Amino acid sequence: MSRARRLGLVLVAPALALLVAGVVTTVVLLLAGDDVGAFWDVMFTAPAARNLSNIVNNAVVLYLSGMAAAIGFRMNLFNIGVEGQYAVATFTAALFAAQAWLPGVVNTLATLVVAMAAGAAWAGIAAVLKVTRGVSEVISTIMLNAIAVSLVAYLLRTTGERQQQTIETRPIPKDSWVGGVDVFSGSTTPVHGLAVLALLVGIATWFVLGWTRFGFDLRATGQSESAAVASGVNVKKMVLASLLLSGAVAGLIGMPNLLGVSHNFGTTLQVGIGFTGIAVALLGRNHPLGVAFGALIFAWLNEQSNPLGILAGISNDIIFITQGVVVLSVVIAYAVVQRYERRMEQRHVMAALERAGLAEEARA
Amino acid sequence: MSTTSMAGRRDSNSRVTKVLDKVRETRLWLLLSLLLVTMSATRIVTGADDLTSAGTLQAALISSVPIALAGLGGLWSERAGVVNIGLEGMMILGTLGAGYFAYHYGVWAGLLGGMLLGAFGGVLHAVATVVFGVDHIVSGVAVNIIAAGSAGFLAELLFSGLEGGGPTQSPSLPKPPTITLPGISDAARDIADQGWFLVSDLAALVASLTTRMSVVTLLAIALFLATAFLLWRTSFGLRLRSCGENPQAAETLGVNVYLYKFVAVTVSGVLAGLGGAYLAMVASSGYSNGQTLGLGYIGLAAMIFGNWRPGGLFLGALLFGYTYAARLRSGGESVHALLLIAALALLVVAVWQLSRRSWVGGSVAGVIGLAALWWFTATDEVSSYFTEMTPYVATLVVLTVAAQSLRMPAADGRPYRRGTAG
Repeated sequence: MSRARRLGLVLVAPALALLVAGVVTTVVLLLAGDDVGAFWDVMFTAPAARNLSNIVNNAVVLYLSGMAAAIGFRMNLFNIGVEGQYAVATFTAALFAAQAWLPGVVNTLATLVVAMAAGAAWAGIAAVLKVTRGVSEVISTIMLNAIAVSLVAYLLRTTGERQQQTIETRPIPKDSWVGGVDVFSGSTTPVHGLAVLALLVGIATWFVLGWTRFGFDLRATGQSESAAVASGVNVKKMVLASLLLSGAVAGLIGMPNLLGVSHNFGTTLQVGIGFTGIAVALLGRNHPLGVAFGALIFAWLNEQSNPLGILAGISNDIIFITQGVVVLSVVIAYAVVQRYERRMEQRHVMAALERAGLAEEARA
Repeated sequence: MSTTSMAGRRDSNSRVTKVLDKVRETRLWLLLSLLLVTMSATRIVTGADDLTSAGTLQAALISSVPIALAGLGGLWSERAGVVNIGLEGMMILGTLGAGYFAYHYGVWAGLLGGMLLGAFGGVLHAVATVVFGVDHIVSGVAVNIIAAGSAGFLAELLFSGLEGGGPTQSPSLPKPPTITLPGISDAARDIADQGWFLVSDLAALVASLTTRMSVVTLLAIALFLATAFLLWRTSFGLRLRSCGENPQAAETLGVNVYLYKFVAVTVSGVLAGLGGAYLAMVASSGYSNGQTLGLGYIGLAAMIFGNWRPGGLFLGALLFGYTYAARLRSGGESVHALLLIAALALLVVAVWQLSRRSWVGGSVAGVIGLAALWWFTATDEVSSYFTEMTPYVATLVVLTVAAQSLRMPAADGRPYRRGTAG
């Protein structure tokens, strides 16, 4: 099959999924008796500079979350625990950065390392249980998510300082902050300085997965474990490595906000990012570029749906239905495209054999 | 092979199974009695009276039923070879269905409505996994996202204007009827209050089962028995389970694998939906957003804990339900007392492992056991944050210890396509 045709097939699935999601959302709104026209008007209003900043910031966070999930998915590992890894890592990083053991920028860099280490360690529990005891990572990471929520709440209460209404960790010293960048002129909210993390993670993943021996082994194990074992891959080691990597990236999710905006860990931790990340990864087919596309779409939907209640009288929860349907229909579309591809390939091979006059033998 | 020898073999096979069943049953009763004695002794020693009070046991049963129903849903689906982490979402849909239908049309419509919306989630999962061959985990995640979003959206739409309701919760719903056995209930309560060793604990158990027992709880128990019979004692069940063990073989024998899987996953949604309805109507006074609190996942864990069998699943659900209830009723004290039980159990395991010359396992269990014992003696109460974690940690520990001896259906989670039997 030609390269162009293959690319076309890859793009057809998400386009189809978006279309289906649009139709389903419209039908739901019609059934609910809401103003469908107003809904689409609001969603496609040109975003103001401030909204653009928000979209980019949200997309950065979703992208990191999506890549964390994608690294596991590429090896057929289902790291459902991004949510927990992100919570543990963000808290640990906030605690570490506030100590100011190191000066300025060094402290910032060290904080990023600590966050990655904490995320990796939390994912590591699931990884160790899987390779030593054969515990499914799906169940163990789900349990670890719940444990992380209670553990972080407990640690916050014992180490944090009481503000008026909330308990927060001590603020990070000013010289370790990472300021925002005014990308869109006239915007009151700047773009996270650490948006660059998303770029770095994207490039690093693309390089490691696509162009190194490790990445090849990882993808090979994901596609056929027996084939990987036969060619000398140590599967246990790969499971450990990819879950740790996935956890490390999950550890970075909270950093743009922690070091750029909130400067401490309080009750502002965004819930559900880990799960949305899974959706974003699926939409982008676990490819660094695809995930970026998915993150932007989800961020767009999140931001544009904010004024729905005021402008159209529609609950902006409708957007979660849209997002869910996008995910379900995109995975179905990929499955259908894959079947089609396989059939085309078989036909192609048969045709080639026919030309060579070998078809009868091939059939036999 | 002649028919007579076949029949002979089947006879001896069934005899072996019967003996094994008997052994298993005896072991189970022994374990349960041991557990009761330990709990009673711990209650006396630590003075944590709520450990086995009728109130705690009743709360435990009420927390167990949604877990058990979700787990039962998981059992149906996974026995047919479809992994179902969408249970959580189907449960969410169940809470919403119960909230709407119970408010407008009464108790029974509420239960049916919960099952109906749960079934919708099941059909969604079945279409994706069975018809289109999508990865089961991926589809489950999508179902959960859609369900949470729809519930949030519809709750605002359906409950906003109602008196006592709001954008995130329904008005209070009618309660399904309960059954109290008047004479027995009171007598048992009196004995339970005496605080005698073992006798009072048993009486508390009787009291909890005879006082304000919801008919939906009885329905859930009946559904367990029905499932055990249907899946293990009928040809329908044999065919359904064969789809989870070896769908290709089932196909060559003329089983419509797609149909069986589809039915199983839909039933799975119905059961999880009923679990959700129970949450909204029996365990609390109405629907509210985020009511399921991950109980669907806990149900899945209970099913794995129970080794993909109804009896084990039921026990697992009771265990997890108990830890949930224990943390609600004087949680700090009760869980503190449970810590002693856990420490002693771990030390017993350690001695047993060491005597079998399993040094690593033995020492790990020993160290954790000693640490737990130290924690018990050094504190008076366990922080509520840790009691919150108990069910999840318990699940992890059980999976870690027992993962090797668990056996899931052989083709569980594998995609299947018609016509691949060759």
